[in-house]
Amino acid sequence: MSVSTLEPTQTPQPPQPKHPERHWKDFFGFSTDHKVIAIQYFVVSFVFYLIAGAMATSIRVELATPDADFLGYENYNGVLTLHGTMMIFLWIVPAGAAFANYLIPLMIGAKDMAFPVLNGLAFWLVPPGGALLLLSLLAETPPSAGWTSYPPLSLMTGQVGQMMWILAVLLLGTSSILGGVNFVTTILKMRIKEMGLYDMPLFCWAMLATSMLILISTPVLAGALILLSFDLLAGTAFFNPTGGGDPIVYQHMFWFYSHPAVYIMILPVFGLISDILPVHARKPIFGYKAIAYSSLAIAFLGNIVWAHHMFTSGTPGWLRMFFMAATMVIAVPTGIKIFSWVATIWGGKLRLNSAMLFAIGFVSMFLVGGLSGVMVASVPFDIHVHDTYFIVAHFHYVLFGGSVFGIYAGIYHWYPKMVGRMLDETWGKVHFALTFVGFNLCFFPMHILGLQGMPRRVVQYDPAFADINRICTIGSIILAVSTLPFLFNAVYCWFWGEKALPNPWNALTLEWQTSSPPIIENFEEEPVLWSGPYDYGIDSEPEEDTRSVADLLAEVKAEM
Amino acid sequence: MQTTAETTQEHGAIAVEQAHGHGDHPDHRLFGMGVFLFAEAMIFLGLFAAYLTFRSVAEVWPPAGTPERELLLPGINTIILISSSFVMNRGNQAIKQDDVKGMQFWFGLTAALGAIFLAGQGYEYYTNTFGLTDNLFTSTFYVLTGFHGLHVMFGLSLILLVLLRSRTPGHYSSTSHFGIEASELYWHFVDVVWIVLFLILYIL
Ligand SMILES: [Cu+2]
Repeated sequence: MSVSTLEPTQTPQPPQPKHPERHWKDFFGFSTDHKVIAIQYFVVSFVFYLIAGAMATSIRVELATPDADFLGYENYNGVLTLHGTMMIFLWIVPAGAAFANYLIPLMIGAKDMAFPVLNGLAFWLVPPGGALLLLSLLAETPPSAGWTSYPPLSLMTGQVGQMMWILAVLLLGTSSILGGVNFVTTILKMRIKEMGLYDMPLFCWAMLATSMLILISTPVLAGALILLSFDLLAGTAFFNPTGGGDPIVYQHMFWFYSHPAVYIMILPVFGLISDILPVHARKPIFGYKAIAYSSLAIAFLGNIVWAHHMFTSGTPGWLRMFFMAATMVIAVPTGIKIFSWVATIWGGKLRLNSAMLFAIGFVSMFLVGGLSGVMVASVPFDIHVHDTYFIVAHFHYVLFGGSVFGIYAGIYHWYPKMVGRMLDETWGKVHFALTFVGFNLCFFPMHILGLQGMPRRVVQYDPAFADINRICTIGSIILAVSTLPFLFNAVYCWFWGEKALPNPWNALTLEWQTSSPPIIENFEEEPVLWSGPYDYGIDSEPEEDTRSVADLLAEVKAEM
Repeated sequence: MQTTAETTQEHGAIAVEQAHGHGDHPDHRLFGMGVFLFAEAMIFLGLFAAYLTFRSVAEVWPPAGTPERELLLPGINTIILISSSFVMNRGNQAIKQDDVKGMQFWFGLTAALGAIFLAGQGYEYYTNTFGLTDNLFTSTFYVLTGFHGLHVMFGLSLILLVLLRSRTPGHYSSTSHFGIEASELYWHFVDVVWIVLFLILYIL
């Protein structure tokens, strides 16, 4: 603070509203504003989505024919490894953090996160992590052991590339942990006074559960990677059977993170969907507490099912039984959510706009992934399809049909709030149609491929599988093309879209009570909680419908 | 005004809180620190679990050829580290009475004990007859104690930072001493981790 400042800092300032303007340069440097950080997360993770998506398309082009004729033997494993790693650690996980950053403080009426500097720091760990992964492609041997990096394979495929992979994942994991610390503290400690835990929007509940999972599981992955890097660099043999080590221990530690990681990637989206559906169905959420508690139940159960990824790793029978049963139990809280969502839109006045289409697309596609999940939870079936394309189909229905559809739904829903302009609905619907068709064409046939016995992670395959593979490749190209209308829409409307009102959807949660985009400290004055988050259509007196939220707010204020 | 309680130092916290008016929030840094230490504990828990799994799967443990471990020095080291936690707590109590000198004394003593612990560990490494890559036990021994040692070093630097800052008059007081609370919490954490580590690596 400069000496010439007239106002001494020690004097309490009267709460005068002053609004420093947002400058475009804020978005390109270290910021402590949660809204700026959120946009930074969005843009960076979307860039990596495009990169990892280009990798996916090249993998599919390679697999259009049974021979290794596009990427070839040398590049295939590297591209495959980075596709998986980037989609998880640089797209879906940070995209969840993006929504959490943007929405949590606004939804609970706070000015910012609990620890704004830590928040900026967490974001700035992401670009170096991504850059390391991209650079690792240039290493003599890029990381080629798949996103799981199982030893001993990961110890044999090239030291430099693999070490860059480890460092990148450690950086991204640290970022995720720091984010989790912030989310937990903000949700538990920074709500406006009137807002109890059960008045929170369900997204906050979902992020509470997600953050708990992050804090429990991500450190264990870090532990595994520390041991793996000693094996890789220092010549220890923690996971190397030739030196007396045990690769199964790595698998346990890895999946202790990576199964919960599925929920780290899907729970935020569950939250988004729980907040989108009631708004566009104009009905209260069905089973608020059931949805909130089921998030916590998933966060708990998610920690005790990891070995279902290891049914073929020589796990003893009693362990298999336990993990099979525990995994199937997770279907219960997940099913509760699906039923609640369906019951929410049942009989509602649906607005079938792009956000709603993606949200309904999410529920139906995630359902397919959830059902195949229950199938592979069963030991005999899993042993049959393990390491086949059935698994590839399953997790893409969860992570693309689930997470990515939900992220798009969230973007269409909150873009007006974040940018202050509306997205174009026609392009949005084109985007949805292409995504939906391309996605199903690409991934549904993989179930059949897997049941027929086509192994995953191969560059060359039996010509008998060629026809179905060609269908998958056509689907993947439609899917790649589907990104274009979205990109065009998002960029065009950023500058020239129709101006958005503060509350274009007539929603009730607090983020819609401020301007679009919100001012730097979010609210002109502390927002008023004048209804529950989902009280849509409860008061059906005719004159109620004609009044805007602003009018109602003014009325409430006048009474106070 | 973009500053929050997080970015300001302790002596400014109250002034800023007043400057922000009614809307600002109380200090959540200690809570956040606790949440972060929970995550830290999970790394150690993961490593301990790995060690115990290696141990339970092995036919002989420690693997044949591992030299006998010396217990005297690490035992003394353990006592030093545990007692330093109590010493440090005296420092926290001193600052609650606005006794900066007392706090400095007790924290200085803690730092000395921490340094002795590290020196002892260094001496143990130096005199050990086994190396990092000898077998699964020696590898886990060095990685676990080394990872813990890094945490001791970090905790020690926190204490030294507190001592440095306490030279500014009025920096810490009975009402504003987050740095003292935080470094103490961290030190206790490092202490508890060592007790578990000592039990499973040396005693079990
Ligand atoms: Cu799993």
